[in-house]
Amino acid sequence: MPLPPLPTDAIAIGVHVDDWRGAVSAAGDALERSGSTSHEYTKRMIGVIDEFGAYVVIAPGLALAHARPGPDVHTEGLSVVTLAEPVAFGHPHNDPVSVVLGLAVTSGDEHVLLVAELANVFNDPHVIPALAAASDVDSIRALLGVTAPAEEL
Amino acid sequence: MKIVALCGVGIGTSAILKVNAERALARLEIEADVTATDVAGVQKVGFDAQVILTSSELVDAIGKTNADVIVIENYFDVDELVAKLETALG
Repeated sequence: MPLPPLPTDAIAIGVHVDDWRGAVSAAGDALERSGSTSHEYTKRMIGVIDEFGAYVVIAPGLALAHARPGPDVHTEGLSVVTLAEPVAFGHPHNDPVSVVLGLAVTSGDEHVLLVAELANVFNDPHVIPALAAASDVDSIRALLGVTAPAEEL
Repeated sequence: MKIVALCGVGIGTSAILKVNAERALARLEIEADVTATDVAGVQKVGFDAQVILTSSELVDAIGKTNADVIVIENYFDVDELVAKLETALG
């Protein structure tokens, strides 16, 4: 099962941020722009890292920002943000982070297929550095194996 | 055998860890149930687990356990999971 179409609004390339909070906010902004979440969800994603630490940096250079399902999640969504300058999240092995994925799901169960497909994509170790170096939305989509939504074609 | 994949909120990262742990176990030809859970649920879900997989950041949150706690650095690196599971279970 491929990942769902990725709207242009859910992608931000070469974003300038000061720190990990800025990086997670950028991933949250992209989820908000694409209609998946409201701003409260962005704050909750930051809260998860405040509470549990930088475990969301799950591979070298990659953070998977996320929080629990809630009323601030309108539809399941994924966002992709690449950073102009990598930032530290405080992870002992995988810092600095240059790619932030924002993940929002509406229930604890429905996301399993989406996440399994993400695992498929990122089992290729070249994908993270290639995403970090990508300069346009079509390259990002090609690396993830996704299309644009029908209304953008 | 029961293996627990732990993350802060029980979705997202623990699910990725679960998917890749299942791939590693298949490669090792080991039969096991892998359950994703969160910090709040790990004592309940993990009480009879042989192995808890997680990030170094969350080790202290597990508390007292009889399970082997395995720290995974790269959640997408199935080779790392195979090597660490083989050491723990072999």
